[in-house]
Formats: sequence, C-alpha cells, structure tokens
Amino acid sequence: MSRGVLAYIVGRIFQSLLVMWVIVTILFLLFRLGPGNPLASYIDTTFTKEQEEALLRRFGLDRPFGEQYLIYVANLLRGDLGDSFQYASKPVVEILAADLPNTLYLTLTSLSIAYFVGVIGGVILAARRGTTFEKAGIFFTLLTRSAPQFWIGMIVLAFFAFRLRWFPSSGIAGAGTIYANEWEKLSSPVFWRHMVLPTFTLALYLLGLPLLLMRSNMLEVLDQDYVTMSRLAGYSEWRVMIQTAARNAMLPVLTALTLGIGYSIGGNVVIENVFAWPGLGRTLVRAVATSDYPLAQGAFFIIALIIVTLNFFADVLYTLLDPRIGASSRAQLS
Amino acid sequence: MQQESTIRSAGHSAKAASYSQSLPMQLWKTNLEVFQRDRLALVGLIIFFVFFLVAVFAPLIAPYDPLQVIEVDGIWLSNKKPSSDFPLGTTNVARDIFSQLVHGSRTALLVGFSAAAAVAVIGTVVGLLAGYYGGWVEALLMRAADVAFGIPFLPFIIVLSAFLNRSIWIVVMAMAVLLWRDTGRVIRSQVLVIKEQAFVSAARVSGASNLRIIFVYIAPSILPLSFLYGSFAIAWAILTEASVSFLGFGDPNTVSWGFMLQDAFLSLALTRGAFYWFIPPGLCIMLTVMAGFFIGRGYEEVLFPRLRRL
Repeated sequence: MSRGVLAYIVGRIFQSLLVMWVIVTILFLLFRLGPGNPLASYIDTTFTKEQEEALLRRFGLDRPFGEQYLIYVANLLRGDLGDSFQYASKPVVEILAADLPNTLYLTLTSLSIAYFVGVIGGVILAARRGTTFEKAGIFFTLLTRSAPQFWIGMIVLAFFAFRLRWFPSSGIAGAGTIYANEWEKLSSPVFWRHMVLPTFTLALYLLGLPLLLMRSNMLEVLDQDYVTMSRLAGYSEWRVMIQTAARNAMLPVLTALTLGIGYSIGGNVVIENVFAWPGLGRTLVRAVATSDYPLAQGAFFIIALIIVTLNFFADVLYTLLDPRIGASSRAQLS
Repeated sequence: MQQESTIRSAGHSAKAASYSQSLPMQLWKTNLEVFQRDRLALVGLIIFFVFFLVAVFAPLIAPYDPLQVIEVDGIWLSNKKPSSDFPLGTTNVARDIFSQLVHGSRTALLVGFSAAAAVAVIGTVVGLLAGYYGGWVEALLMRAADVAFGIPFLPFIIVLSAFLNRSIWIVVMAMAVLLWRDTGRVIRSQVLVIKEQAFVSAARVSGASNLRIIFVYIAPSILPLSFLYGSFAIAWAILTEASVSFLGFGDPNTVSWGFMLQDAFLSLALTRGAFYWFIPPGLCIMLTVMAGFFIGRGYEEVLFPRLRRL
C-alpha cells in the first residue's frame, strides 16, 4: 500500500466522520424543532412522573439548547438512543439490535443471488452482443427495475402465498412461535420458508444493476488489446470470455456490490413492509406511523450509519483494486 | 438510488461538443439526435405524451369522481368485478377503480416532472459553481454532496412526513434536497474539462463576467447532461411517490397509483385475488418509470458513445 493510498484512506475516514456528524446534527434539529413540544421527542404522555424525570435528566432536556446538543451527541457515542414509547419502554438499542440481523439475512441473501445471477447474465449478454437475445435481455432487465418492488411483492403474494399456498405470506415464524436465539432461527426450516418470497422479490429488483454493469464492462474490456492478444494466441472463445475478460470486468461490479449493501438496507423499507418482515425498515415505518420518536430517530441513525460505512468501504476497495481509478476518483473528491 | 447511471457514466467524459455552431443550436441537435437514433427513447417520449393527455383530460375520461362512493338506493356497489359500468370494477368502499387510475396519472406526472426539474436545476447550478470556481466553493458543495449521499433516501422522506403535513410535495422537496448529488458531481467534473477550452478563455479575455461565462458560455454545453439526469429523476420520483403512498405516508386526499395499491393491499384484495384492482396501477407506474429510464438511456448513449453497443 503506497503512502498516497494510506493518506487517502485516512482522509476518507475523516470525511465519513464529518458526514455522520452532519447527519446527526440534522436529526437533532429535526426532532427538537419538529413537533410542538421539544420534549415530545423523548417523553410520551403515558410515562409516569418518575420515568419522565429520569429521562429529562438522562437527555438533559431541562438544560439549554446547546447543552442538550452536547448531551445528545455524547449519548449517541455511548450507544444510548433513548427508550421506545412502546414495547414497554424498551431501550431503542435493544429493539434495533433484534431487527438488524433480520434485515441483514434478507439483504445479504438477496444481494448474493442477484450478483451471482447478474454477473453471469451480464457475461452472456455481452457474449451475444447485437443479437435479439441481448435486446430482449436488456428490455427485461429494465422492466424489473421499473416495476415498483412492493407491486411485484403483491403479485408474488397473491399468486404463491394466497392462490397456490406454497409459501407463508408474512413474518418470519409460524403463529405463536418465537425463536430463542439467532441460531435457532437460522436452523429452522420454517424461517427459510418465510424468507423465500421476500428474497425472490428483492433479488429480482437488485439483479438489474450488476447485470447491466457487467455487460457494459465486458463490452469495454473485450475491446482491449490483451483480449485480442489472447484470442490471437488461440484460446477458446469461452476461455477468453471467462478467464481474461470477465475477471477484469468484475472489479467495478464488486464496488457496486459494496455500495449496494448500504443502499438496499436503506431501500428495504418497502419489501419489509409488504412481507411484514421484522427488520429495520419495518420498525422505522411503524415508529413514524405511531409517533414513536426515539425509535424512529434510532432506526434512521442506524440505517444512515450503515450506508456511510459501506460507502467508505466501497471507495477504499475501489482505490485498492485499481490504483489508477483511485487516483482519478481522488482528484474528483479533492 | 441513482447509482446505476452514475456508475455507468463514471470514468467516461461526455462527448466533446463541436463549437462551430451556436450553442442553443447544438443543444437542439443533441435532443433531436437522442430521439431519432434511439427508438426506445422515442417510445418513452410517446408514453409520457399519452399519459400527459390522460392527465389533462382526466375529468372527461373518468366516469366518476375518484373518491366518490357509488351507491344505488343507499346500497354501496362495493367489490364489483369489471363490467361495462365499471371497466376495472370497484373498491371495497365502492369507488370506481378506472376513475382512480385516470386521476392517478395527474399525481404521477406532477410529482415526476416537478421533482425532476428541481433535481436537474439544483444539480446543474451546484455542478457549474463547484466546477467553475473551485477552491472553498467547490469543497463546501462537494462535502454537502457527500452528506446527501449518506442520507438514506426513502427513510428520510418517511421521517419528514412525521413532522410535515402529508402531501405529494414532501417527495418533491426531499428529492430536491437529496438527489441533486449525482447530477452535481457529474456536471462538476464535466465543467472542469470545458472551462479549459479556448472559447472560455476567449470570453474571459473579452471581459465577460464570471456569471456570464458560467451561464451563457458553459451552461449550454452541459445541459444535455442535466436532461439525462432529469429523465432518470422523473422515474425515481414516480417510483418514490408510489412507495411513500404505499407505506401510508402519502397525501390522504390525493389519489395516486401508490395510494390505490395501498388501498388494495390493506383491503385484502390479494387474498381475494382481485387482480383487476392491483395490477393496473402497478402497470401504469411501470410504464411511466420505464419511459423515464428509456429517455435517460437515450441521452446516455448519445453523450457517452463508448457505452454504446460495440
């Protein structure tokens, strides 16, 4: 790793911290200045007097505005996001910690399927360039990206869950079942059956980006001298495609994957709600719908944190994998 | 959300315009070229035109008011299957689905085009200023873009709707606040190239002010890029409005396709297999979103010829 790259990474860490700080500040202002009473962000009318006073002290809501802000940031740094208005006033952190794995299972499984199929599909489309097959493939891909995810989810539900009754329609477990821990959840076939429809819907949507990206990268790489050389050397077309071209065309797709994890966690909101999947996005929607401000704020914060972190990794990966591109993206950032 | 086009376009610099013609002429030619060369882009344009006509003449086309509860002798005509009276049937509270569909086009186009205009204008101005002035102006604007990239888009709109009156303008506003980031970054790097060209130095030597150089000399040659991102923004805005309404944070008094789908979802149209209710709104969303993508890709292929089929 050259010193330039190291300096870039350090700079990029500071940039991410700066971005997080601005986001946190926006959240603070939004929730303090938002609803009529500034205390409403933390104190629900159903709380007892003691609860109320404990919260007032914990978040310094009886202090001046500037001091409140410092306490808020300090609490965040200690991982304290306040207590939910519902769920028996459980700490927000606990609720979100239970949601996060579910969101990750759904997102990571769908992304893996989408990128696996997408990369292969992109290579095939590039190999068949100029044919009707390629045109049909691109058209179909644009179709999957234009259809609203929740609508595809509804069709999938109406068909596979309600008409054919092949898969359950919502949640992650049968009625009345609660998994004791993550391991019990992951080893339960019922959980995986619940995961089929949401994963399929999400993967179908996510497929488009890696597929189109892989195709255009392949077309670009196939034009390069070293590909022509290996053709001239008499390697089979298949070997040229896979070993020489696809390996090089993959790099930008890997970066897109890193970015994609972040963005699809942010965008999962819709799918999680269609399939009543107990993840971060569903919790966010329910929190806002029921004016559970601490929970809404916490869920938003976690989603933003995930996106900023993965944006960082995507940029670093980009720099490490292709120093040449790194230099130009550095020039763009400066 | 807009990562696709950004990634596709990254590393390619837009085709350098030839400056032998006057710039407005050049711009007009680029636009013409997009729709002449790319049949899908033309299809997109036609789709928008058809929906535009439907939106304008909605009250004439729709047989009922979209929110009117249709009753005969005090009995609600709920959950009717499609018939000559009700081309797409009625909802569970006896509203005409076809009329809702027709009126939904107004919301979609209004949100789509105003959000796209906001995104394109803000992104273009930010890109122009950052690219031309450099220094602290650029640093400030690009750090703002970093922040915008870190804010989860849909969750942001949902949180906003907790505090603001629910209306379609929340979507437009949120898009204006966040999604200029892609347009801004790309236009900035394009301006960096253009400002080194001879005609810009010539303008400077002849005493043109900075603002004049930016908006009269440089802006016209990056406008096709703004159109490109604008077309994609129409698509995202329509999709986003649908998602927000579907999640229940839309304007309760405005009929939109997302609102119809939420209505169908909550009224168990899925379990009843009422496909005539929830298929048409989704198709309309898909068509309009696709139209935006088609036009955007058309611009992309003209502006970034290397992406074109080799």
